[in-house]
Amino acid sequence: MRPRLAVYKFASCDGCQLQVIDVLGRARKHLGEVADLLDIEHFLEARSRIGAGPYDVGLVEGSVSTPHDVERIKEIRRQCRFLVTIGACATAGGIQALRNWGQIDDFLGAVYATPAYIDTLATSDPIEAHVKVDFELRGCPIDPGQLASVISAFCIGRKPRLPGYSVCVECKERGTVCVAVAKGIPCLGPVTQAGCGAICPAYDRECFGCYGPDRQEPNLVSLTGFYERHGANRESLGRLVQSFNAWAPEFRAEHDRLSGDAS
Amino acid sequence: MSRVRKLTVPALTRVEGEGALRVRVVDGRVEIAEFNIYEPPRFFERLLKGREIREVPDIVARICGICPVAYQMSACYALEKALAIRVTPEIDALRRLLYCGEWLQSHALHMHLLDAPDFLGCESGFTMPPEHAPFLERGLRMKTIGNQLIAVLGGRAVHPINVTVGGFYKAPSVAAVRGMLPDLEWGLAAAEATVAEVSRFAFPAFHVPHEYVSIHADDSSCREYPMNHGRVVAVAAGRTTLDLPVADYETHFVERHVPQSTALHCLIEPGSRPYCCGPLARMATSRGQLPPRAAAAAAACGIAWPSDNPFHGIVARGIELVAAFEEAVRIAGDYQRELATPRIEYQPRPGTGCHATEAPRGLLYHRYRIGDDGLIAEATIVPPTSQNQARVEEDLKAYLPTVLDHDDAEATRRCEHLIRTYDPCISCATHFLRIERPTPR
Repeated sequence: MRPRLAVYKFASCDGCQLQVIDVLGRARKHLGEVADLLDIEHFLEARSRIGAGPYDVGLVEGSVSTPHDVERIKEIRRQCRFLVTIGACATAGGIQALRNWGQIDDFLGAVYATPAYIDTLATSDPIEAHVKVDFELRGCPIDPGQLASVISAFCIGRKPRLPGYSVCVECKERGTVCVAVAKGIPCLGPVTQAGCGAICPAYDRECFGCYGPDRQEPNLVSLTGFYERHGANRESLGRLVQSFNAWAPEFRAEHDRLSGDAS
Repeated sequence: MSRVRKLTVPALTRVEGEGALRVRVVDGRVEIAEFNIYEPPRFFERLLKGREIREVPDIVARICGICPVAYQMSACYALEKALAIRVTPEIDALRRLLYCGEWLQSHALHMHLLDAPDFLGCESGFTMPPEHAPFLERGLRMKTIGNQLIAVLGGRAVHPINVTVGGFYKAPSVAAVRGMLPDLEWGLAAAEATVAEVSRFAFPAFHVPHEYVSIHADDSSCREYPMNHGRVVAVAAGRTTLDLPVADYETHFVERHVPQSTALHCLIEPGSRPYCCGPLARMATSRGQLPPRAAAAAAACGIAWPSDNPFHGIVARGIELVAAFEEAVRIAGDYQRELATPRIEYQPRPGTGCHATEAPRGLLYHRYRIGDDGLIAEATIVPPTSQNQARVEEDLKAYLPTVLDHDDAEATRRCEHLIRTYDPCISCATHFLRIERPTPR
């Protein structure tokens, strides 16, 4: 019997689910027939039929940000034998985790005329803050090639192989001249997990950390110190680490250190 | 004793994001017809405060993974107005080409995987019976070409990284852009075949008068099927009911509290009129600006435009696929020398600017105020799905009496189909006009 797949959405932009659709949609011809390796049983965005749980593998997009979602993710965990978080929202809380620094009432009042109608938590949490996660696939958005590789690894029962190094290595592979060294642009490549293929430096701009902190002890203090000594503005560096993976522990600690906020 | 029927769909399928349908009919009279949105709010307008101007295109892209380019375009042009800079016609052309890529992938996805299954009697694009395989394969290839076009100009298909205030970080490669031409030309013919095919679908005989809203570009400064430029216009029953510069958008379009619900609806003033934006609206306001092959496809498809049948949305989208391929072929063909100036430089300065562009789903309005510190002081974003929400509910009320002869399951499916025809993109929840506690499931 083929493994049964479920795909879920929490607070997010839908971009990672779109990558799932792309991988499943083009799989038949181009990507080693990933779509034919499993059955899509629960995927609201793509199918009206919903197959009953439990499922062998669950892909979860988005962050937990409402009381209802806290309950929902627990039920999903019960339903899925192997749970994979996909994308920066699910793995780190996403850009919406910027609210985690502020007062939620301030955020509510700024957007909605009648805040009482809105049901929301004070924080936007990564999935792992609420349930055990078996594997995380980083990225904002995730890379379709990596997704296909994780799905096929699961289906044939081997460990997924993902790069365990920083974006810098991918720049070297790609032959991109270092934007930090050659152009003095503060770049998060040295402390960011590889996986995107080092796109941004190839377009003459900084890496802004879509794939989150490198798993090999990223040294943010040293890196931002280097940029500061070369004239970068401290507030600007604080904003650079406070984006799509802002709530990832290493980025968060560095933001707070730079802004002199120890909390 | 009165007969009460309730039709509910706690989680709508084949829509982008999280929404629900709730209908209550008493003795054949529609009491409640609600299209609820329970996508959790993400507070983009607030979290843009205090960010740098150059960060805005990257951040607003994350409002929607399906139409990130739309958010980037509305933001860039609005901020450029605030900074009093203007991009060159060459940058403008490549931005339109990038936007074509987004229309292609978004429309191809919606038509083939989300909307067509309802017409073809199946529950998903992934499980279409083999006789529809050529239709589906063609659609998925058109979608892939759209993705590739975005990647060629923007660096990657979802959340492009090469868009910035003032233009592009790096001039797109001439070889890569022109290398798209064979695929784009294939796509143009493929889209024409798709229009012919979807216009033969069996459409419910449902007609409702709509007021249509889009930007519209038909003067000496710009004459084109609307994407990045134009005035805001509304038409109803073949008559122009509104025509104003984007700067006046907020004085005529308001969010209003509707008494019998918690909803805030986006309406046109005076008169608090619900309206429709998206492909059907653009076909109503701007079909005179369609490029020749798209105009020919529109004329040959057997539907009289403008159409007052929401189910014709799939055909309008198909015609826009033709238009987007046609425009893409033209712009890519004209790109012969790499941009000498990929971006216009600027100094941050205080100011306010607003702009509207046409996202695949309709008009997308942004306004920004830059503070004295050169950072974003205020942001206002009105996404298309919020604007269509009132219209969708009005349509549901009108459509329900025609489906009540069916059993609950079939009547519900038909209502869901009506909602899908609008291609609601619920993830664009910057800001949503209604958030309701979801029905437990």
